Amino acid sequence: METVAEWFLWLKEAHGIKLTIFYDDLDRTRFLKGVWTTIHLSFVCVLASIVIGIAGAWLQMSPLVWVRRIMNGYIAFFRNTPPLVQLYFFYFAVDSALSGLLGIRGGIMSSYGWAVIALSFFAGAFNTEIFRAGIEAVPKSTVEGAQALGYSRFQIYRYITFPLAYRVCLPSLNNNLINLVKTTTVAYAIAVPETLYISNQIWSDEYNVPEMMNVVWIVYIVLVGVLVWLMNRWEKAIRVPGFGQ
Amino acid sequence: MLRSIKLAMAATVATAAVIAISSAAFAGTLEDIIERGKMVVGSKADYAPWGMRDAQGNIVGMEVDMAMDLAKRIGDKAGKKIEVEVVPVVASNRMQFLEQGKTDIMIATMSDKLERREVVGIVQPDYYSSGVAVFAHKNSGIKDWSDLEGKNICGTQGAWYNKDWGEKNKANMIVFKGVPEIEAALLDGRCVGWLYDDSAFIPRKVNEPEKWADYSISTPVVADVPWGAAVRKEDVNEPIGKALSAAIIDWHKTGMIVEWEKKWGIPPTKWVADMVEKCKAGDKICDDVLDEGEIK
Repeated sequence: METVAEWFLWLKEAHGIKLTIFYDDLDRTRFLKGVWTTIHLSFVCVLASIVIGIAGAWLQMSPLVWVRRIMNGYIAFFRNTPPLVQLYFFYFAVDSALSGLLGIRGGIMSSYGWAVIALSFFAGAFNTEIFRAGIEAVPKSTVEGAQALGYSRFQIYRYITFPLAYRVCLPSLNNNLINLVKTTTVAYAIAVPETLYISNQIWSDEYNVPEMMNVVWIVYIVLVGVLVWLMNRWEKAIRVPGFGQ
Repeated sequence: MLRSIKLAMAATVATAAVIAISSAAFAGTLEDIIERGKMVVGSKADYAPWGMRDAQGNIVGMEVDMAMDLAKRIGDKAGKKIEVEVVPVVASNRMQFLEQGKTDIMIATMSDKLERREVVGIVQPDYYSSGVAVFAHKNSGIKDWSDLEGKNICGTQGAWYNKDWGEKNKANMIVFKGVPEIEAALLDGRCVGWLYDDSAFIPRKVNEPEKWADYSISTPVVADVPWGAAVRKEDVNEPIGKALSAAIIDWHKTGMIVEWEKKWGIPPTKWVADMVEKCKAGDKICDDVLDEGEIK
């Protein structure tokens, strides 16, 4: 660790490249915290958005017209507005109104909490549509076969439609989850201390904008790379030979 | 190709001509002011009480008073009444207006920085100073910088003092892009204090006393950066630059700036009080030349 710090100090002295995160303790600590925040924010949002997507696709097929309407309203609301606007809306408008109503000072939820809610529902709206596309790709005869065997509507979804649909929609789901990880950067607008927010603070303090821009760039390439690798492995693992090809 | 070269040449000639004309107009700014009987000053219109609009829409404030006083001095000397026209400026255009000749002088809450001296002629000495402080809620328990420890403090993204005065005092900094977001977060109680320029807090207390009734400047003001008045770069050693310098020196010596602070409801600034003493004592910070180490 010592030698790494020394090498980067030399790099600064010799070439004026100021990568303070490698030799300044304060900067390193807060940068690592920022990257960690990005990782767990992404993880929570990815999981929550998949759950929302699965539930949403199920509810969209509901025989009750109002449930379908509410689902369509939810999708329209979250899919048709930019995530940055949603964050501002939740953090500054919804939270203010609710805490005013309840007489709470200091907000009812932290900026992290609102980022999880907004981003999960945002990506969840897309996931719902992705899963729906997958479900619609399942042959009707398969579903009819299941009905003939006495499966209930939920059982058909759980054991027949969804497992097949999931395999069909994995590629577009991957796309959406990759986008979600990248979209976590907008949370810096409501002061969630994630990678971009922390990097912005570091470059404001140290005047090393180009260096930190490159660092941010590499961090996201690695993070998204890991996600893509995991999803590809999973796609291979659950492949049903002959299906969807 | 040939066509574009011709075009480029024409453009160059035209630019050169414009520059020649405008520099001709700059020759003897002071004489021009006296001849037309009017001095054009660039001041802020949104930075109460230094420069703000009154109920009739006129720009008034401490810096406008300073310009009026300068015009009176020039007028008395020339034996002619000099009017003052105030052109409202903002931080991003105040130096350009001066360079382009839209204004003759600029008194617009501008921090005196070396990089700015490359662009415009900031005259010696500076006339005011502002620093950094925390504007905190009365229940926040913040009395000094050390009280920031563990408290949520709002700040602006990109401000240099977030680290030096926020994080080093172990505050939990919550930084936003713009002032409106900070105000919303502060009034919602998401943070108990706001780390920013102290001169930005005073106008809030003056203009919107009810909105900010529970808030006040709760820490000592630190990291003072003085404010400079400016003329065009080439005018800094010309009569207009010297007239502005002489006026500022006199304002310090006679305590005029202290009077103006009182008039506009600005809490007395230690920097100004110190300048009065220094100027009376003939300290070299109070002459009209820039000495080594006077600004950073």
